[in-house]
Amino acid sequence: MTDTDWPLWEVFVRSRRGLSHTHAGSLHAPDAEFALRNARDLYTRRGEGVSIWVVPSSAITASSPDEKDPFFEPAADKPYRHPTFYEIPEGVKHL
Amino acid sequence: MTRQAPAPTAAHTTTAALALGDDALVLSHRLGEWMGHAPVLEEEVALANIALDLLGQARILLSMAGDEDDLAYLREERAFRNVQLVEQPNGDFAHTIARQLYFSTYQHLLYDRLAAGRSPFAGLAAKAVKEVAYHRDHAEQWALRLGDGTDVAHERMRRACTALWRFTGEMFRPLDGLDLDPAGLEPDWLESVGGILGRAGLALPEGPRTGAWTAGAGREGLHTESFGRMLAEMQHLHRSHPGATW
Amino acid sequence: MATAAAHQTARTHGNAGQEGGIADETYQRVFDATVAADERIEPRDWMPDAYRATLVRQIAQHAHSEIIGMQPEANWITRAPSLRRKAILMAKVQDEAGHGLYLYSAAETLGASREDLLDKLHTGRQKYSSIFNYPTLTWADVGAIGWLVDGAAITNQVPLCRCSYGPYARAMVRVCKEESFHQRQGYELLLALSRGTPEQHAMAQDAVDRWWWPSLMMFGPPDDESAHSAQSMAWKIKRHSNDELRRRFVDICVPQAESLGLTLPDPDLKWNEERGHYDFGPIDWTEFKEVLKGNGPCNEQRITQRKRAHDEGAWVREAAAAYAAKHSPRTEVEQA
Repeated sequence: MTDTDWPLWEVFVRSRRGLSHTHAGSLHAPDAEFALRNARDLYTRRGEGVSIWVVPSSAITASSPDEKDPFFEPAADKPYRHPTFYEIPEGVKHL
Repeated sequence: MTRQAPAPTAAHTTTAALALGDDALVLSHRLGEWMGHAPVLEEEVALANIALDLLGQARILLSMAGDEDDLAYLREERAFRNVQLVEQPNGDFAHTIARQLYFSTYQHLLYDRLAAGRSPFAGLAAKAVKEVAYHRDHAEQWALRLGDGTDVAHERMRRACTALWRFTGEMFRPLDGLDLDPAGLEPDWLESVGGILGRAGLALPEGPRTGAWTAGAGREGLHTESFGRMLAEMQHLHRSHPGATW
Repeated sequence: MATAAAHQTARTHGNAGQEGGIADETYQRVFDATVAADERIEPRDWMPDAYRATLVRQIAQHAHSEIIGMQPEANWITRAPSLRRKAILMAKVQDEAGHGLYLYSAAETLGASREDLLDKLHTGRQKYSSIFNYPTLTWADVGAIGWLVDGAAITNQVPLCRCSYGPYARAMVRVCKEESFHQRQGYELLLALSRGTPEQHAMAQDAVDRWWWPSLMMFGPPDDESAHSAQSMAWKIKRHSNDELRRRFVDICVPQAESLGLTLPDPDLKWNEERGHYDFGPIDWTEFKEVLKGNGPCNEQRITQRKRAHDEGAWVREAAAAYAAKHSPRTEVEQA
């Protein structure tokens, strides 16, 4: 089946400037362009990164710095993804 | 409350806020319908991201015109001001991508210009234009792959582009409250969409795309058949409990 | 089959046990010592076949649960009663797709392919958590799932962050971090209903009444009937027994239910001073087994929808693969 042919890519995310890229996980994509975009959606939707590398077997593809804004800024305005967004009455434990 | 009639600019701002807010709200809802049905898991995440961006925009825009929930849940179909393009059913994935390509290209051009202007929308547009750049890119990447992938996908994409073409003229009609004439965006839109479709081995469809007699009077509150059903689903729970807090 | 070539190499390399003539016992000793020292096993390490198989089964089931689990909640996205709730719910269902992806990736480090795992899900050869075979009938069910089902899942998952298999443990760290918002939004949703109109309060109570017992079943059969527990504990895949985790969950939920102003549907639920835990009534294991066998209210529906999405998406995946083949740098070189 041809639809099984989306290869696996390893994803490396630089969480902020000054730090190196670290392995975040992997994903499937038909090609490098989609691997980057899928990685952005999957591994940085809470603003966890400023740069991504995706690596198939030997090649490395990195997101370019000027793509940073549209890639990573939208995640900053979704406070409801974080538990502190929710008001829980005093004394309620283990939430 | 006020001693004089509201300044015309405020009323115009409300008109534009409703129009742009409804565009974002309705398209977000349609994209939300994909959840659990996307062609591949990675795309569940991507479509949800776009839907969430649009919903965020909608909430800001509707809040400029009133209470976001009252506006979303308590208006009748004829009071919605979105273009008809965004309310079109998801269809197959090609229809969704064609709708995304047409709309996000327009929205990107519009927000880019609004961000540079001095209207009350400049702030929102400056932030949203970055989100929309990503939506446009997502649509472009998929349009290329569907158009230039397999024969089956090419044919589906061609049909989708043609089917939705009639709804594209409406986006460039004048809209009160904006410091620009949307008609000025049309040449760039045609060039951008035409370029992408060209690279995908497709062409800009032919056929009429202006005039309410064919399609495109959403801004005046005339919508298409499926929209009422979409609203019925969206609004029913909220309306079943008048005055309740959620 | 395109996936995880590196990992598969590791597998044949490791399990053949031929390098330098070192026997399997040596590998086994290293493996045992690593586990005993609370270190992590990594993909290219030698590992017993049964350990690998157990992990693939468990991680796949976990991944399947995430993606099937999208359905009952996505059922309410288009009807969410406020835009704030709609945004929250979409973000949550999106997270579940993301968690499925993290987990399939973890399974792939063991040499499994996602396509194959999905096929096993679609044909009933691998399972997902039975809890998702119950329907979401009202908006309050979204809250009950967040509070109880995600609460139970977190109780199960937090210890998995220290699981002996590295990629699984790391995936769980991510999942747990993200899921803390899931549980809180569920609690907050129920609280708003409980403090709302009488109709809203009744809706919340009804949802809790329906989800409480199935949530307790999520921890699996009692310890003395659990088929895989002992070995998994020895391998440090599992850190606590089913009954232990279930007790912990009940102890957490009772005071939370009180502060919600809702009751839990169990007349036998009461604090046992001596044990330092809540006592609770007997669980209906017949129901559990029937739902597991496929006879729950939504088993058929969930798999049918999953399969339909997959089948209807085939042409899209094929188009993307065909495009990639046409436009890959190698093709261009060959053409040049």
